[in-house]
Amino acid sequence: MNPQTLQILQLTLNGIAIGSIYALVALGLVMIYKATEVINFAHGDILMGSAFVAWGLITIAGLPFWLAVIITMLIAAGISWLLEARVMRVIVGQPHFAGAMLTLAIAFMLRGAVSMAFGPSSRTFQTPWSGQSTHVGGLVIADLNLVIIAAALIITALLFAFLRFSSLGISIQAASQNQLAAYLCGIPVKRLNSFVWAMAGAMAAVGGVLLAPIALVDIGLWFVVLKALAALVLGGFGSIPGAIVGGLLIGVVEQLAGVYLPDGFKDVMAYLVLIAVLILYPRGLLGEAHGRRV
Amino acid sequence: MSGFFAVEHLELSFGGVHAIRDLSFSVEQGEVFAIIGPNGAGKTSVFNVITRVFDPSAGRVVFQGNDITAVARHQVVNHGIARTFQNIELFEGATVLQNLLLGRHRFPHGNILAQLCWLPNVRRAEEESRARVEDVIELLDLAPYRNALVAGLPYGVRKVVELARALATQPKLLLLDEPASGLNPEEARDLAFWIDDIKHDLGITVIMVEHDMSLVAEAADRVLCMNMGEAIATGSAAEVRAHPDVLAAYLGT
Amino acid sequence: MRFHYDTTYRDAQRLIRYRADWLAYGALFLLLLAAPWILPRYYVGEVSFIFIMCIASLGLMVLTGFTGQISFGHAAFLAIGAYAHVWFISHDVPFVISIIAASALSGAVGLMIGLPAIRVSGLHLAMVTLAFSIILEQVIGRWKSVTGGYTGVPVPSPSILGIDLGGLRPFYFLCLAILLIVFVALINLTRGSIGRALVGVRDSETAAHALGIWVGGTKVLAFVISASVTGVAGALMAHHVQHVTPEGFSLLLSLELVMMVVIGGLGSLRGAILGAIFISLLPTFISKLKPMLPAAVSGQFGLEIFVFGLVLALFILFEPMGLNGRWLKLKALFQSFPLYRRDTFRRGKTYMKSERYR
Repeated sequence: MNPQTLQILQLTLNGIAIGSIYALVALGLVMIYKATEVINFAHGDILMGSAFVAWGLITIAGLPFWLAVIITMLIAAGISWLLEARVMRVIVGQPHFAGAMLTLAIAFMLRGAVSMAFGPSSRTFQTPWSGQSTHVGGLVIADLNLVIIAAALIITALLFAFLRFSSLGISIQAASQNQLAAYLCGIPVKRLNSFVWAMAGAMAAVGGVLLAPIALVDIGLWFVVLKALAALVLGGFGSIPGAIVGGLLIGVVEQLAGVYLPDGFKDVMAYLVLIAVLILYPRGLLGEAHGRRV
Repeated sequence: MSGFFAVEHLELSFGGVHAIRDLSFSVEQGEVFAIIGPNGAGKTSVFNVITRVFDPSAGRVVFQGNDITAVARHQVVNHGIARTFQNIELFEGATVLQNLLLGRHRFPHGNILAQLCWLPNVRRAEEESRARVEDVIELLDLAPYRNALVAGLPYGVRKVVELARALATQPKLLLLDEPASGLNPEEARDLAFWIDDIKHDLGITVIMVEHDMSLVAEAADRVLCMNMGEAIATGSAAEVRAHPDVLAAYLGT
Repeated sequence: MRFHYDTTYRDAQRLIRYRADWLAYGALFLLLLAAPWILPRYYVGEVSFIFIMCIASLGLMVLTGFTGQISFGHAAFLAIGAYAHVWFISHDVPFVISIIAASALSGAVGLMIGLPAIRVSGLHLAMVTLAFSIILEQVIGRWKSVTGGYTGVPVPSPSILGIDLGGLRPFYFLCLAILLIVFVALINLTRGSIGRALVGVRDSETAAHALGIWVGGTKVLAFVISASVTGVAGALMAHHVQHVTPEGFSLLLSLELVMMVVIGGLGSLRGAILGAIFISLLPTFISKLKPMLPAAVSGQFGLEIFVFGLVLALFILFEPMGLNGRWLKLKALFQSFPLYRRDTFRRGKTYMKSERYR
């Protein structure tokens, strides 16, 4: 292979790894949206908080990596559950904007709380794959990237199987289509909504633990929620395949732009693509077309 | 074809679904024309084509000699056609008065600079609009609700507010989409009187889609029955009610 | 209770109808005129800044409160207003023309950003505005010849007809005058047919079409008005900070603006003003509060953002109508004093209504 293609392949792989994390976050957002019609701006801060918690568990408490990951997931899931059951439910029935603003408020509070608890400095923690890499052909792939892609694949597959085949998953789908009807069929809609938030929270925790080794454990990690939102809108809001496609696309485009485009494009590429796509496809790439009955 | 309002060979399809097939009818000035038919017959779709919510696949709509099949959606009202909606479409966050004043939107109220400075011409226009709106409020007995927010009003009143808003546009042709649905018998009777007033005192032609046959029999001069997107009978209420195809459509023989 | 007792329709158009209101607003006006001599020097500058934020908040209110379009990137219009104004007055354009041109330029960019609003709405639109402001921040940072890049540009002192207005008190009156002009103009706009059309587009596009409102055009118009007003605020803000840098127009500022209109109460110009005052004073309030807190909390970096979040959350949970709603309730309490019932404004039970098919 010539070096040119090799570099593109390398960048694409890195992009897919980052994009997998975006997709994971976007998946959580889309699940929350489908269940409760709330755009959860606090999702990025749950991810960021999880990274800090994982750092604390690994570096300070000295727990093994896997145990730390599981505890982090449980904590994130618990916080998300509480947010839905105790806070978001108060404003059910109010316009979407109110819900979005409330999650924004929660995001600020989480950010402030994490910042007060851990201070502004950033840090790192060790994963079992830090510093290792695999050589395939001429490609050098960090093991961490492979783990990220594998984790994202596994979670997506599990999620798909869960929603498709388990009765709980089917109840969740039913509730997301028509809450009132589902409620009247005896589906415990309230508990399901909290459960969906908890699942999304656990997914955010995985995202945080995977992203931290690449990007440092830092308050700025919440920013990933903006990328994930861009991915969602890009893919078509409310569409699960759209979230994945959008996430991967943004990850890859960012990596390529970082090398092949002038300085500064890397940070804004996601948004340039977003605006371009929305002008051409106002519903996003895989968005559902809804008419409104008059 | 006739002079006032006519629908000619109208077709509307979404993909493979034919909502309207080769529909033609005409309405004379000063008439109350009712469209009836079972659910899904395409009645509301006819209104939606007339008010340009949907583009027809074929055919045309002619009003007072003008082909209005392709005018912009917000221009329809400027031809003198106003409508109400099956599921009430009011401005929930505004008061009844503001809703009715919005009905006057098609009349000039001064350009944006004049409005920013509230120049005398804007004041006069607002006064004029307010006066016309008060006429409608008086006609439909809405005075008690003038400054109430729409969001808090009972269903029956909202229906009347929507009718009032359509009247505030000073239309020549009024399209009423199920005006009596959800009204109690008393409200429905008021409605029959109002339709009569609208026809005789205001001289407005009315086309209404309605399921309530007693209202149709009382108010309508002519009735069109649709089924599966096609016209199956036209005539007086009694004639249509006795038509064998209509009976078949409703009873499903 | 007070009843409207109008004898002509023109009576209903008056902005201030009662003698008590005349007295109250007159007293407020006199207080604002006297304030620069009453307040300590530092606070005169702070109040000028609050006036500027009020203008920006009014601008966003037209868009979000009246037309129901969400913008998470309104700081971009502040930035455009600020940089354009600085560029113009650095090239010897007179102050008044410069501020109008800056506002017009901001409005023109608003037109461009508003065009997608014809086709996309809700979150999609919010993301477009957010994306735009993030991109703009980069552009300002890189376009060194005009913007001075990340080091920023110094701002010349404002002067009209050779009279320097850069001093603390002259600048205070400049901001107050512009705020009053913008406020009255927007009151006129929102009570006229254009304002009603904005609300119409917010509440039901279907009905708006049927009443002859050009929905797409109205949405874009809202963007243009909002962007030009915010642009004016940006121009004044340049003078206030005296040295503009791209960091001054970050995402956080956009979110603060959104908080102003939400906490103030959507759909009300008074709310925009109240919200701007509240949010602008919050950091000062927090810094006053710090000595009373235990050192472990007060010394922390994240306290401010935590309090911002807390305040926003409390408002959305307990007073969704915002400060304006609270104001109306208090007014109703006093006007109907012995008759006021606690349940007058009680919220009913709500259930989830889907907005997916809008």
